[in-house]
Amino acid sequence: MAILSKEEAKRILEKVISFSKADGIEANLNGADNGNIRYARNSVSTSGEDSNISLAVQSYFGKKSGSATINEFDDASLEKVVRRAEELARLAPENPEFMEPLPQQTYGESKTWSESTAKITPDYRAQAAADSINPASKKDITAAGYLEDSRNFAAMMNSKGLYAYNQSTGVDFTVTMRSNDGTGSGWVARNFNDVSKLNTSEASAIAIDKALMSRNAKAIEPGKYTVILEPSAAGDLINLMLSNMNARQADEGRSYLSKKGGGTKLGEKIVDERINIYTDPSHEEVPASPWMGNGLARKKMDLIKGGVVKNLIYDRYWASQKNVEAVPFPGNRIIEGGTASLEDMIKDTKKGILVTRFWYIRPVDPQTLLYTGLTRDGTFYIENGKIKHPIKNFRFNESPVIMLNNLEQLGKQMRVSTGGFGGGGSSLIPYMKIRDFTFTSLSDAV
Amino acid sequence: MKRRDFIYLTGLGTAAALMPGIPVVGKPIALEQTLEGVDPAKKKQMADVALNAARSAGATYTDVRIGRYLNQYVITREDKVENIVNTESYGMGIRVIANGSWGFAATDNLDNDSIAKTAALAVTIAKENSKILTEPVQLAPQKGYGEVTWKAPIEKNAFEVPIKEKVDLLLAVNDAAMKGGADYINSYLFLVNEQKYFASTDGSYIDQDIHRIWPTFFITKIDKQSGKFETRNALSAPMGMGYEYLNARPQDKIKGITTLYKGRYDMLEDARLGAQQAGEKLTAKSVEPGKYDLILDPSHLWLTIHESVGHPSELDRVLGYEANFAGTSFLTLDKWESKKFNFGNKNVNIVADKTQVGSLGAVGYDDEGVQCKEWDVVKDGILVNYQAIRDQAHILGLKESQGCCYADNWSSVQFQRMANISLRPGKEKKSIDDLIRNVKKGIYIIGDGSFSIDQQRYNFQFGGQLYYEIKDGKIAGMLKDVAYQSNTQEFWNSCAGIADQSDYRLGGSFFDGKGQPPQSSAVSHGSSTAHFTGVNVINTSRNIG
Repeated sequence: MAILSKEEAKRILEKVISFSKADGIEANLNGADNGNIRYARNSVSTSGEDSNISLAVQSYFGKKSGSATINEFDDASLEKVVRRAEELARLAPENPEFMEPLPQQTYGESKTWSESTAKITPDYRAQAAADSINPASKKDITAAGYLEDSRNFAAMMNSKGLYAYNQSTGVDFTVTMRSNDGTGSGWVARNFNDVSKLNTSEASAIAIDKALMSRNAKAIEPGKYTVILEPSAAGDLINLMLSNMNARQADEGRSYLSKKGGGTKLGEKIVDERINIYTDPSHEEVPASPWMGNGLARKKMDLIKGGVVKNLIYDRYWASQKNVEAVPFPGNRIIEGGTASLEDMIKDTKKGILVTRFWYIRPVDPQTLLYTGLTRDGTFYIENGKIKHPIKNFRFNESPVIMLNNLEQLGKQMRVSTGGFGGGGSSLIPYMKIRDFTFTSLSDAV
Repeated sequence: MKRRDFIYLTGLGTAAALMPGIPVVGKPIALEQTLEGVDPAKKKQMADVALNAARSAGATYTDVRIGRYLNQYVITREDKVENIVNTESYGMGIRVIANGSWGFAATDNLDNDSIAKTAALAVTIAKENSKILTEPVQLAPQKGYGEVTWKAPIEKNAFEVPIKEKVDLLLAVNDAAMKGGADYINSYLFLVNEQKYFASTDGSYIDQDIHRIWPTFFITKIDKQSGKFETRNALSAPMGMGYEYLNARPQDKIKGITTLYKGRYDMLEDARLGAQQAGEKLTAKSVEPGKYDLILDPSHLWLTIHESVGHPSELDRVLGYEANFAGTSFLTLDKWESKKFNFGNKNVNIVADKTQVGSLGAVGYDDEGVQCKEWDVVKDGILVNYQAIRDQAHILGLKESQGCCYADNWSSVQFQRMANISLRPGKEKKSIDDLIRNVKKGIYIIGDGSFSIDQQRYNFQFGGQLYYEIKDGKIAGMLKDVAYQSNTQEFWNSCAGIADQSDYRLGGSFFDGKGQPPQSSAVSHGSSTAHFTGVNVINTSRNIG
């Protein structure tokens, strides 16, 4: 079991700090138990579990620092890792950007742990997969899916008196359902801290419906269209914009948030005034750790309000250069939505395209935040308030900044994984209707 | 790869936004530790504990991988060292077949008791999975090799080179770029050493030592008045080599509109040229969209090969095992069975090769104990083969695996990963200039840039680093805002010529992602410069105010 309690972690870290002979020391103790099951062709392909725990120590003399890590926790090992970090610190070049550790911070209450997720066993995973595969095989559909669950803890302490601890659980589920004739494909994703909210059978039914509905898609001409983006699609593009809110890059003139002639767009309106985006670690639907890895406290904070950039992300060094407070990288993102359901939004659309998700999104131009990518697993043509027929997938070339200036309507929110390797946390994203979304070519892919 | 094992470079300031998603696997260790090895006799003893425990628990097949994965990353910007990361990841992964199902478990606690428990857990997981089994695993037979070793043929172990020498090189590179007019430069040196031990119930005990290196940089040049900026990335290739890669000799350079590198790399020279070219890009002509002939340099073409040939010919994708993540493939089995599917025209010959010296994918044996080899994937334009592993070989009627199995860490389960997939050079004597001379209206593209392709690998879009307009057989000046879009089969059927062997070079991916949970692998793609006709080019400039 790699999950140490707050007290167990504290005892180890206090010992580590007591061994220090340097000007200062900071130690991070992290552990995780993970499990997963993967299936394809209506059968389990791989499944496994792993567990580990490690201690990282950073010691410093002036602006010279060194770090070392160990995964043994007897007294002799703890002292050894501290001595090694000190040796390396003495040998290191001075780092002009080195920042001394933070003093004790005040953190909000954590809501990231769930007992039900902590208790997951291999038979739960096999059953969850079966609940997804069985309805598929009954409908001439082939299921390929993945369920991953994790239990983590993170603790840090330093010689300035800071101690921080958090434990979290998470579960991610995705499934792709393909019709056996190869002409239809549907997808669904679920992401929770608490696995009791996950129903793989309910989720799989949505993907099966999409697979059946998307068979024999028709090609329509590429061009500019009104689109209704499901939360996964909208989130994947907008989160790329929100991940690029680094203040230093903007100050240096190499960001979409850099201003002509110098400075940043902080305080400027960059998107439609109905766009409000904030982060809040204590949010009930998408809780995040109340602190980030260097000990900075995360608080509720506006990123964009009324379309105006309200905060940029300042690391501690850049904040010290600019005489501002450091701003931690958000642990979650919430885009305020409306009350319209997807059905309402479709009903109000004369001509448009419903997009389930985007795929293979890559940057084209960092200056304008232009991205390219494709639609996937359920793209439908809407006419006079109804889904008319499935359409072939499109490649798009679009900037989330331009897209959020072309906002037509915000619908209900849904929790989605912020995506990418390493799980940038979770986001609450609304359905979005956008006009003049730029599709540049057709794809034959199903 | 498990999420917690990624130490994201996103914590490292500005550089992060330029290189998102680069994983650092493992835990930090002291420098001197990188040179210590683990005794193979000790590894054999541990492997036997796992093999025996799994057998006792009911496994009908077991393989054990004991891996020590070392990474050293040196990260600088302008005149500063941003970070030096040394990590080690050491542990054991145990994969079993029980009741016809796969099971896997891994641990970093390598005492006998922990190994035996982990083996038993792998068997428990396999048995749980077998309850919903529809296709029992069919493993291609594999002979045991006994106790064997393989070492990458490197000249200079990069982990033995003092950190100071590496830091001095990167800072000199940065200085050269800044003196050449760059506003910013981020430079990186990525080094990897995989010490892998494989043992299986087939009777193999395989000890391997693999080295990889990737020096690279990103230069930014800003026009303060207009607020516009341009970037130019390094033209280096990640390689399966030692530190000798950074010692370029005159014969390793191809002098032309910029210097191109063959087998060895001059980072200082490339940074000097890069700074100058980033400046030229600011005032370059924005491309007119339309149809163009493309002359693609190997420093660019490798990525098009990777995405449009490498991935669709992976058999697990064809069969649907990757349907939920990377996707499936348009290269369905019926196209292969027909023996007449024109993947490309007659100029196009694609080879898979796990043995190519200096390539990222070269190993003696793959991660399920299969000795590596070379085979044709596309011959004279026709699809003739795929890339397969042991539990897929029977689907192609193969008697043995093609040796494409890989796991990026001891804690990850091995699965089918791409072999080095390369375009064979043209048979006739032909230079880059000969190719350009034949083009009336075209673009010469050097270096890799933006890339995106659909989930069945039909529709793709690629950008580059440097674009030069070709008019009536001559280079007419620099272009910018260029990306080309095409369909894989149309593109490879428009191949009008390939330069000869003397121009052949490797490019590659150091961090190719695939699978759930995602794993990273490294793979090379070789080619000579090639000519494609009538490709659709779009203009990528936009205005966001």
